[in-house]
Amino acid sequence: MADLTSNFLGIRSPNPFWLASAPPTDKAVNVYRAFEAGWGGVVWKTLGEDPAPVNVSSRYSAHRDIHGNVMGINNIELITDRPLAVNLAEIKQIKIDWPDRALIVSLMVPCEEESWKRILRQVEDTGCDGVELNFGCPHGMPERGMGAAVGQVPEYIEMVTRWCKENTKLPVIVKLTPNITNVVIPATAALSGGADAVSLINTINSITGVDLDNMVGYPSVGGKATSGGYCGSAVKPIALNMVAQIGRNQQTSTIPISAIGGIGNWKDAAEFISLGAGNVQVCTAAMLNGFKIVEDMIDGLSRWMDSKGYRTLDEFKGAALPNQTDWKYLDLNYKTIASIDQDACIQCGRCFAACEDTSHQAISMTPLSKNDMAETTLKVGIERQFDVIDEECVGCNLCQIVCPVDQCITMVEQKTDKPYQNWTQHPNNPMREC
Amino acid sequence: MDKPGIHSGRLTSEEYRKNFSDIKPAYGTHEATIEASRCLFCEAAPCITACPTDINIPSFINRIATDNIEGAAHTILESNILGGSCARICPTEILCEQACVRNKEPECVPVNIGRLQRFAVDNREGTSHPFSRNDTTGKSVAVVGAGPAGLACAHALARKGHDVDLFDAREKHGGLNEYGIAAYKLVEDYAQKEVKFVLEIGGITQKFGSKLGTDIQLDDLRNQYDAVFLGLGLGDSNKLGIENESMDGVSDAISAIAELRQTSDLGSLNIGQKVVVIGAGNTAIDIACQMKRLGAEEVTLVYRRGNEQMSATEHEQKFALENGVRILTWMKPVALETRSSNNQSKDQKSHVTGITLERTHLDDNNRLKGLGEYKTLEADTVFKAIGQSFLEGCFSGSQPPTLIKGRIQTESGFKTTLNNVWAGGDCIEGDEDLAVQAVEHGKQAAQSIDCFFQSTPLQNASLQNASLQSRSLKSGSLKSHAPEKKERDTHHG
Repeated sequence: MADLTSNFLGIRSPNPFWLASAPPTDKAVNVYRAFEAGWGGVVWKTLGEDPAPVNVSSRYSAHRDIHGNVMGINNIELITDRPLAVNLAEIKQIKIDWPDRALIVSLMVPCEEESWKRILRQVEDTGCDGVELNFGCPHGMPERGMGAAVGQVPEYIEMVTRWCKENTKLPVIVKLTPNITNVVIPATAALSGGADAVSLINTINSITGVDLDNMVGYPSVGGKATSGGYCGSAVKPIALNMVAQIGRNQQTSTIPISAIGGIGNWKDAAEFISLGAGNVQVCTAAMLNGFKIVEDMIDGLSRWMDSKGYRTLDEFKGAALPNQTDWKYLDLNYKTIASIDQDACIQCGRCFAACEDTSHQAISMTPLSKNDMAETTLKVGIERQFDVIDEECVGCNLCQIVCPVDQCITMVEQKTDKPYQNWTQHPNNPMREC
Repeated sequence: MDKPGIHSGRLTSEEYRKNFSDIKPAYGTHEATIEASRCLFCEAAPCITACPTDINIPSFINRIATDNIEGAAHTILESNILGGSCARICPTEILCEQACVRNKEPECVPVNIGRLQRFAVDNREGTSHPFSRNDTTGKSVAVVGAGPAGLACAHALARKGHDVDLFDAREKHGGLNEYGIAAYKLVEDYAQKEVKFVLEIGGITQKFGSKLGTDIQLDDLRNQYDAVFLGLGLGDSNKLGIENESMDGVSDAISAIAELRQTSDLGSLNIGQKVVVIGAGNTAIDIACQMKRLGAEEVTLVYRRGNEQMSATEHEQKFALENGVRILTWMKPVALETRSSNNQSKDQKSHVTGITLERTHLDDNNRLKGLGEYKTLEADTVFKAIGQSFLEGCFSGSQPPTLIKGRIQTESGFKTTLNNVWAGGDCIEGDEDLAVQAVEHGKQAAQSIDCFFQSTPLQNASLQNASLQSRSLKSGSLKSHAPEKKERDTHHG
């Protein structure tokens, strides 16, 4: 069996699945349940200075697909609204009760060194394994000069990180906001401040929808709405990209990454690790399904690693990064075209509509006469056949994406007998290098 | 009653209620949205081709999925003003749902188009009629027969601004929907509600108790009105052609269903203990299942050929079996049995006590032959459901339109051989006898009549061609497969 033990900044946990700092990690009762369910670690919901903030009623709203499944949720809950002392006492006790699990404490206090110094001392006293600086929270707290208000200014990130490093021996993880243009810049700032690691992404500014009867966004708090933080599987592609950007950048490539953003199963986790993450943090999937989902995350990751011969997480960590490149280095002579398995095709014509209306007119629709029909075909209705026009197909994958039948449309690599040639070498490029 | 076994009140009122409640209950919003999301929104969707009225099915389903129920209903009703009843009674398993691409692997389950259609039409929010009437043209049309064909024709004509008098021999309008469909398929007086909805367009005057050939004459109508549409249906039930068919206890399924549909108290109906139904169409299935649900102990459906040749769809046959109906195939009735009773007075007609059947097979020339092997079933009630015929007597005293194979001959636009007479529905030769088909006839005839009024040839040549093509294509494709071997019998639905 693969060894799922995670060692992130020297913080050991039995598996790489941590619960992210969020509502599920606000209280001892939740965290006990999480550890009982098997989670490898927890980042305690962000602590601030007393008096604690006050939260509103109506805190989440969902973005659903046509089948009603939740693609993402939007959250306007602030940091913990419980007294600091209560949280600290619970953290201390849990670390005693569950010594083998990672326990990180998320922090957010005003941008004054004294404030950070004070809370770091208090947190160190709990025996926790590390701290995570919440520079990412996009709702509420930035209005008070905290959260994303810090994370969006590289100088502040560097400054606060430095204060923390100077005032604690605990590992310091800087949590980054995605509400910026280039994530490498805040990551570099964290590194300059001495951060031991970065975690990303925090939630994305969002409005999930508008109640058209009452003309107010979701979630409505007494008829008013505010932008929230978007999370869940819909944000995974954005998070993957940002994790890879940090991993691919020379300056930031060595900084350990705790990946966050739409991780709902073992495959998602493996993808983040393959792009360089040292471990993963989960929130929305647990909120939507309960803590028990970690069982399959552990089991699935372990079985997949066995099937691939990976003994430890480090053996595939960052394995996909070398294949992530700039567009200009993609092979312009590589060719793939769609192929439709006529036996599997159910003749819905979605591929035809997509290609004919919005792409390259590379699929034909031919009505079949009765003689052409197979024995098993329907008695009523026009049978038709959809074929790829090879010469017109650019290999864009759209037909495969819209096809409702698994494996019906495959993209087949074509032999072109042409050597690798990228844009930097192409004659059409006036700036070509050779 | 002096026929032991036949009596009323076989069941408790709760059992009647349960047995005659909606067999396909309506979808709630959540169910409808989930089912609607299964539609793949096909290109040139096969389900549209399979619908005799060309409802844009993916379009209305997409509207349900996006919570645009009003738009969904409008899409349906624009093509089929009786979309509400068709959603309930259409044999969707041989029409739209058979064509659904989700029938294929890996799913093998079509989108439930019928129930979605019902959801859309039932949940229209607008209380006003979805269509409005053009300015009146001063033209008047007599529509004879207020079944699906006549209603669809009358509505389309009224919409164009023509004035319509809608005649029917019965006391209620609705035709088969009111009198001929199994009670559990159209519950809560739906046929009447739908008639009321159709009439909301305005310009349609209802005339009841007006039987063609008796109370009104075709020649007179042709003189009094600018055009006449005949949606007469099939008035005559076929005979078994054996002795004593008029014996007590032997009757037409169609009449029995009508009686059942019109009663306000199912418990008042006299129901036999041992019921035999002769026939293999949906009417046979309907009477058999309803008898079972009214408490008959044994119901046997007898058909002279095999299951494959039955014109009742597989779905209907399965439904019959689920209802506890026994289906006997390759048996034909040869004699009705009776037993003289001591206390039977001379003037009393004898009552059926059984039916003798002969085993059949197909000979080398594919002809049905009796094998000379007999079996007698005990029966206190026998229903004949071996199809219906067009009642030609309705033209007596008037110049009749040309008939073909015993039904009215029509050309393009559903025009008969008489210069201002159109016809559609079951009374014409050429299509499947389905309510949804009748709606299409009525709709297209109205278009043709409207063009006739404008003294122009049919403007929309493509429509005419499409209709001809769809008629031949659809009936062709239907008949080219299983139904080819089937005997012509009443489908309704």
